[in-house]
Amino acid sequence: MTMWRTVSAVFRRDLRLAWAGGGAAAPLGFFACATTLVPLAVGPDLKTLALIGPPLLWVTVALAALMILERLFQADLEDGSLDQLHLVDAPLEFIVAAKGAALWTAIGLPLALASLPAALALQTPPHATIPVAIGLLIGLAAFIGFGLFGAALAAGVRRGGVLIAILVLPFFAPPIIFGAAAASKAASEGLGAPGFLLLCGCALAGVALGPIGAAAALRQQTG
Amino acid sequence: MRVDVESLAIERGGLRLFENLSFSAAPGVHVALTGANGTGKTSLLRALAGFLAPSAGLIRFSVEEPAAQTHFLGHRDGLKGALEAREHVAFWRDLLGGIGRPRDVLARVGLSHVADLPARALSAGQSRRLSLARLLMAHRPLWLLDEPAAGLDTAGKALLTDLIAAHRMMGGVVIAAVHEPLGAPDLDVRLGA
Repeated sequence: MTMWRTVSAVFRRDLRLAWAGGGAAAPLGFFACATTLVPLAVGPDLKTLALIGPPLLWVTVALAALMILERLFQADLEDGSLDQLHLVDAPLEFIVAAKGAALWTAIGLPLALASLPAALALQTPPHATIPVAIGLLIGLAAFIGFGLFGAALAAGVRRGGVLIAILVLPFFAPPIIFGAAAASKAASEGLGAPGFLLLCGCALAGVALGPIGAAAALRQQTG
Repeated sequence: MRVDVESLAIERGGLRLFENLSFSAAPGVHVALTGANGTGKTSLLRALAGFLAPSAGLIRFSVEEPAAQTHFLGHRDGLKGALEAREHVAFWRDLLGGIGRPRDVLARVGLSHVADLPARALSAGQSRRLSLARLLMAHRPLWLLDEPAAGLDTAGKALLTDLIAAHRMMGGVVIAAVHEPLGAPDLDVRLGA
């Protein structure tokens, strides 16, 4: 199976690069800062904190995902290694999906883990922290899936971060609406909260459509 | 593999670089693309790799799916600063579905002693040698080389000439954009004449 070998080579390389370059530490640091500083700014009112906790986690994770998307294809385009990814015995869609999967593993998993203590600090009841973290992990799949498309469109643009943010904003809205709603109800309903299945639907759409759109965008930029 | 270029024209940014270009490369043929800066050597190579759509004319390959049969060596080496030389060759082997042995290939291009160094620690010439290693990790009949000798020392150029000669012996096609002659090409395609 040469195709599987090709796709897994890209996955393993990107996984290694995410941590070797130190790039994976930045979104984690951002997440830790934001979830530490907001409670300090809100003050000692625990009720308010419990109310804004889940939305804050979701917004912070969405912004952390945006941070890592900018360089995803741009780095490969600049150093010339993107050319190699076109000349392989596997569809570009699969290659792009492998890059997204590597990003989700390298940065999505640590972010979801980091959300456990953060949720506790934000007054989420202990039994609800794991459903919240699972929701965030699924939400990150949606963010990265749709984000691939924006990142590919903006790959050739210097300082494309702003462009990516504007492009993916409409796609980030549904998962954040359903995800934050499900997280707010996690204490009473766990993973059975009404928004949870809708969030899973968003993630499936992102994972299925993102690589197709991203591959189409990258094919336009090879000239 | 056989490559036929018929009445090809390429435009970049509204400017026509060349038109009515025709040549053929049969198995074992080495084509040198020459011409001043900006005459379209790189664009022609990118069109042959399928990265760039020609504005007129045809490029025909004797195989289906030429992309998976092509090595493209651009003027950028395609290296990741954080990855070791050894990791690069192992990645290329898996990416390109090759069977080359990383240790042997690194020895062939003269990089055994820096196999464990990250690519950012390599000199420009060593980086170029490392990207030449890609050609050896997987056998692909068509080599598209853009200024492959850039940054190479005398021994490096001799190595490159040897690699090209060996590839032609195996029936491979080499199309290389060059400023100074490299080995003994069978065909000199001069652009912008």
